[in-house]
Parts: sequence; C-alpha cells; structure tokens
Amino acid sequence: MAETGSNRAPETGAFFQRDRQWHPPALTPSYKSSVLRSPQKALVSFDNTLSESTGPVFGHAMLGELDNDLIHNFARPGESAIGERIIVHGRVLDERGKGVPGVLLEFWQANAGGRYRHKKDAYLAPLDPNFGGCGRAITREDGGYTFRTIRPGPYPWPNGPNDWRPAHIHFSVFGHGFAQRLITQMYFEGDPLIWRCPIVGGISNKAAIEALIAALDMQSTIPMDARAYKFDIVLRGRRSTLFENRPEGN
Amino acid sequence: MAQPLDRLKESPSQTAGPYVHIGLTPNFCGIGGVYASDLGSSMVNDQTKGERIELRIRVLDGTGTPLREALVEIWQADAQGLYNSPAEMRGAADPNFLGWGRQPTDMETGVCLFQTIKPGRVPFRDGRLMAPHITLWIAARGINVGLHTRLYFSDEERANAEDPILARIEHRLRVPTLIAERRGDTYVFDIHLQGEKETVFFDS
Repeated sequence: MAETGSNRAPETGAFFQRDRQWHPPALTPSYKSSVLRSPQKALVSFDNTLSESTGPVFGHAMLGELDNDLIHNFARPGESAIGERIIVHGRVLDERGKGVPGVLLEFWQANAGGRYRHKKDAYLAPLDPNFGGCGRAITREDGGYTFRTIRPGPYPWPNGPNDWRPAHIHFSVFGHGFAQRLITQMYFEGDPLIWRCPIVGGISNKAAIEALIAALDMQSTIPMDARAYKFDIVLRGRRSTLFENRPEGN
Repeated sequence: MAQPLDRLKESPSQTAGPYVHIGLTPNFCGIGGVYASDLGSSMVNDQTKGERIELRIRVLDGTGTPLREALVEIWQADAQGLYNSPAEMRGAADPNFLGWGRQPTDMETGVCLFQTIKPGRVPFRDGRLMAPHITLWIAARGINVGLHTRLYFSDEERANAEDPILARIEHRLRVPTLIAERRGDTYVFDIHLQGEKETVFFDS
C-alpha cells in the first residue's frame, strides 16, 4: 500500500453518497455551455468498489519551494506579481469533520486585472509578466494548507450579454479515494458579483453557495504585508469497514 | 427531536472552466518554469510490469463536436489488479506504476492520449472479479460536476459478460458505450456527453 505521509492507519470504507441536490445539477441553462454538455440520462448508481474507494496519493517530495507562492513562482528574480497580496489558508476536512492529511490541492486563477495566462483568453486587460497563476500544496497532518497569492480580478465572459465572473480561485482536490475527487471555486466575502453569477447560481441552496465564500481572516494576516482569507474544503466522508461484506487481507 | 448527526456537507462542485490547463497542465498551455512537468503526463517507465497500451479518447458534446478544452483523468489497477493506494489492503502494487494519469484534450483535434498498461482484474465487493477496467473522470467548461465513467476493453468479452457493474445497467443497449475498441495496441474510446449515443455515467 502507498504512503499517505500520515501516521494514521489507512481507511478503506466506501464513501458517503453524494448529495446531488446540494451540488449544482448538470443542466443549468443560464450557464449556457452546460446545455450541450450535460448528460440527459440518469446516472447509474452503485456502492463504491475498490476502484472508487482507492485513489492516488502524492508525496511532499513532488513540491517545489515556491509551489504555494503565486506571487513569486513565475516572477523574475527580485520581482513579484502586482495586486492585493493575500494569504489563503484553511483545512481539508471530510464530512465527519476529520482533517484529511496528505492530499494534493491545486489552484489556478486570473491576475489582479482578471486576465488569465492562457492563449484562449482574449480579454483586453493586460498580462502581468510576473504572474503565472498556478500553485499547489499538500495538506498537513491536521488537513491544513496555506498559500500566498494576489487577489484575482473579476472578468467578463461571453455568456449573457454583460456577465462578469466574481473574483475567484479555482481549486482541484484529491482525497484518499478517487470518489472524493473534486473541482470547485473559492469566492471572496462581500463580493456583490457572487449573487449575479450564472455559474454560482447553478447551486440552488444558499448555504451551499456560502460554503464556497472565503472569509476575511484578520487574525491570519501579516501586518504591512498581506491580508488573509480562510477557505475550508469538505470532501466526502467514509463509512467504517466494521461490517463490510468484502474479503480483504486474505 | 433526536440528537443532531453533526455531519458537514461536502463542498459543492463548480465547473473547471475553460482555463483548467493553467492549474492542472500548465506546461501544456505554455506556462513553463513553475513545475518541472505536468502531473500525470507520464504513467509508465521501463520497469512497469504489464502490457503496454495506448488509450485514444475524445469527449463529444450533444452535437457530436469534440471538446477541445476538456481534462481527462484516469485511475486504474496495475497488471496484477492492485491499486497503488493507502486503501489497498490486499498487497503492494507495482512500485513503478502510480495508476493515475491526466491529459488535456488537444486544442485542435480534441483527442487525448494515454500511454499506460492494461489493468488486471479487481474484485467486486462480494469477491467476484470485475472485468478489467479503467475509471475515468472528466472535467471541462460547461460540466458542473466532474463526470465519472469506466472504460472496458473490447477484447475482454467473457470478463465483460460477467462484470457486476456492467450488469447493473438496465438498458443493455447502453453497455457498448463503455467498451473501448481495440485497434492494434490502441483502444479507441469516444465519450458522448449527451444524446442518442450518450455514455453511461456513474454515481458512486
């Protein structure tokens, strides 16, 4: 079995079912590109097999020194990205409230003006020569993670005639089982664009939307350097294996 | 009132968007110098045990147009049917095979290619063997929650016929949507997100 970078015994149970009323449905017509990319037939359900309850784990050795510092990981020596300097921190938990150690988090975002470093982004706001927009981290023993970046700007997108994405950071998260795989977006407390966005609005439950809004966290700022936002991520919990009908270890 | 269960809710999913490459395959989209290579771009080395195969995958929308900004991840057992995972309790998987790979679809053709090995059979919950298969996870602009499906192999007819997951599919006409066609050492697999040929997607 693979190492998790944790002293805990590995867990092997199946994951709690996903609440698909809580997640956005596949078809959310106000977000136009979902119309032709949403399955129309029902998903076929089954309880996790080993193919879903197992998953890849990545060691800390893969990380470079600046992987969690977007202000500097693309910048020329001695320079840094332009924008509001922030720290984003939080914990990856599972639905039982337990921290999930040793999981890979990857994040990506636009620069301070809302421009992505991607050849398909034709927005007229300029690129920042010192900002790439990608970073990654592996959670600590308590599930905690931290990275440093600049606050991304909102940007317009060709959906409705005048749609603007709220400032956001994309997150990709692995758990310990492939069934926990999740991609989501983090928004910023107080941004009035959140409640006008068709991508956010695909989520029907207000509490679910609020679960994606990072809180300004003045206790974690570095005075005269960077403000901080706290963003916790919750992955599917696991059942206990005590009464599982599965032959293993034999 | 009974006691509260005190469980948290899973963070809701959001689309990966059109610029998913920036975060997950930065070298592919021209952001060099941050990571040495794109994670998951290479799955096998000289020591990896098993039969070398190539997967040639496309993801098509409801009009049959290939997605050119999708991201596909695969997760599979090694040649012996063992997963390289902390939750694998049956034995040690091939140390030269992580079992996980990630590829973007080509920005012009929409094709994505994986060089991997054919997986061994893995037991179902009751001990019966599942047919060899690869778990796929698809993220893209317009997809609000990552889609989960499986790739089975056209040259494993007998194993496919007794696979407990394929057996769960009520409409037998839909089973072939999960079977990749062998051409030499390449398996060709088109994923239809929507419409008549819609691929079976799973909730598990």
